[in-house]
Amino acid sequence: MTAAPSPDVLRAPLVVEFPFTRSLGPVQSAFLTGLRERTVLGVKTAGGGVLVPPVEYDPVTAEEIRDLVEVAPTGTVTTWAWNPAPRRDQPLRTPFAWVLVKLDGAATALLHVLDAPGPDAVRTGMRVRIRWAAEPTGAITDIACFEPCEREDSGAAAPHDGRFADPVTGITTPARLDYTYSPGRAPTDYINALAERRTVGERCPSCRKVYVPPRGACPTCGIATAERVEVGPRGTVTTFCIVNLKARNLDIEVPYVYAHIALDGADLALHGRIGGIPYDQVRMGLRVEPVWTEGGRYPDHYRPTGEPDADYDAYKELI
Amino acid sequence: MSGTVTGKEPVAVVGIGQTKHVAARRDVSIAGLVREAAQRALDDAQLTWAGIDAVVIGKAPDFFEGVMMPELYLADALGAVGKPMLRVHTAGSVGGSTALVAANLITARVHGTVLTLAFEKQSESNAMWGLSLPVPFQQPLLAGAGGFFAPHIRAYMRRSGAPDTVGSVVAYKDRRNALKNPYAHLHEHDITLEKVQASPMLWDPVRYSETCPSSDGACAMILTGRTGAARAPHPPAWVHGGAMRSEPTLFAGKDFVSPRAGRDCAADVYRQAGITDPRREIDAVEMYVPFSWYEPMWLENLGFAAEGEGWKLTESGVTELDGDLPVNPSGGVLSTNPIGASGMIRFAEAALQVRGQAGEHQVDGARRALGHAYGGGAQFFSMWLVGTEPPPG
Repeated sequence: MTAAPSPDVLRAPLVVEFPFTRSLGPVQSAFLTGLRERTVLGVKTAGGGVLVPPVEYDPVTAEEIRDLVEVAPTGTVTTWAWNPAPRRDQPLRTPFAWVLVKLDGAATALLHVLDAPGPDAVRTGMRVRIRWAAEPTGAITDIACFEPCEREDSGAAAPHDGRFADPVTGITTPARLDYTYSPGRAPTDYINALAERRTVGERCPSCRKVYVPPRGACPTCGIATAERVEVGPRGTVTTFCIVNLKARNLDIEVPYVYAHIALDGADLALHGRIGGIPYDQVRMGLRVEPVWTEGGRYPDHYRPTGEPDADYDAYKELI
Repeated sequence: MSGTVTGKEPVAVVGIGQTKHVAARRDVSIAGLVREAAQRALDDAQLTWAGIDAVVIGKAPDFFEGVMMPELYLADALGAVGKPMLRVHTAGSVGGSTALVAANLITARVHGTVLTLAFEKQSESNAMWGLSLPVPFQQPLLAGAGGFFAPHIRAYMRRSGAPDTVGSVVAYKDRRNALKNPYAHLHEHDITLEKVQASPMLWDPVRYSETCPSSDGACAMILTGRTGAARAPHPPAWVHGGAMRSEPTLFAGKDFVSPRAGRDCAADVYRQAGITDPRREIDAVEMYVPFSWYEPMWLENLGFAAEGEGWKLTESGVTELDGDLPVNPSGGVLSTNPIGASGMIRFAEAALQVRGQAGEHQVDGARRALGHAYGGGAQFFSMWLVGTEPPPG
């Protein structure tokens, strides 16, 4: 049993999304270019089996396979599952069947979808044919879906050289993962305190080190931390770099200083930008304090306090 | 079986294969890329797929290509059908720890001959994106790829008093070494020290020419025991010691300049190999140097120099290809960085040195070489020491 999530703990959606690119290699290139030309290609193994979709290496012998064959756009459903509620980016918007289809001439089945009015209209062994997309691009979605048909098995695969004009050699495969993220109890306390412009860490009951930001456990001793300790607001620059390369997603003018800052009372440094001083005058040991802006969750940057620099020995263990 | 088998089986590297590392291999799929390295390793060992008992594969985070559990898809390409296949994942050190997991299967006599392989096809994604997902409530990383490393380098410079030219000396050396390695990604034929020193300062104190490239590549090795080594067509490299250590990325007292996990890992390897003076007893080192300054830092961390003294070895030419402790004769990570494969390339290049098969970047008379990998914000370390002779016993 796990405890129900505390209503006091922060939660937020986290979307991880990226348009990955794929270099196809010779076999997948021929397969996807073929789909664009409304031709389904498979590969023939040394044992004579025809694999659709094709693979580059024989799953039994590991030998490289390059013998392409063309199979029919008709086939037989080998198994299926009904999907009553299609989700975003699935091939059909109306309820459909996920199907494995053994195309005529192939020895293996292809995963796709079947457009059918309901589960009663689907059965293993039923005959289906490809419904091609109106605007093919050289992707598996060039098969819009399968649909029922009455045509008999049209027989064997025919050799194909796999050559087409303007072959597809790469594709983009957008990926998206939707999470609900919660940082947990200790970071929630830390973030809530930041809203009051206070920095609150947690002390390990064993080694007495103060962790900022707190994770709720000491990574060295492996035990829970609970004692809250306010640190800062002032601190010491322990080390830094001068950033001259503008990051795509950051609206900060270069050059600027990115520093590790040990807040007074904390036993390890956190990271922040240094402002209020020319970038080439920042130094290790510089004493700084946070500068907040309206609505910011974190300090916008840290600026010099005007105090004398900290002695190296005072912070060298915190670097 | 006749009699009782006791003790550990010695491990021999009998096959090594790499792809020519480049920025983008648009002509092959990921399967085609790993196959190329694996086939070359098999050819080197004069083995076929049937001679392989198990496959151990590694790569960096799945987000780097967006293929979840790529080992499932790669089973066909690596002839793993009907055999055990394992995936290892320890961030940037993964190439090293993958080889060690494979070696342990031989040591323990679980398998007779193991194919181990690591890869990255960085052109299919963006590693920096993969490492900096926008986690809610967290402060975004303000500094980009090199911004994580540059402050630690500054801390090293402060601690050691090293002159600020040392980083450029390393980069100039590694890029020249890469010219002798046909598999290296960067071949900068017109490189000069002045060009390195004139390259843009990206994350002061790190210049552009002191950073690693982003590469597509794979590296494979065939590991076997005594019997397999006796049948091998070329001299094997023998594993004399191997170890992994880890520590949290962040904890109070963490020493990013010389992490304890790295020191302990090296000490363990030397103990296994009977090495008491690494500086004198080791002939070549392939260490994971993603930014040039990590060479002097790791020279200290791995026990080749006292604390604060590593830069003196670099500056005086000791780590040059013709110096008495050549470091990264292959050109290193600074010249080739398919992230997941980079650690295994270090291990494989160390093995090539003691097999006498490193070609133009061969260190004369290399009998013992160290391969080193690290990753995950100085969280994971893996190393092995290989030699020309079988280990004693």
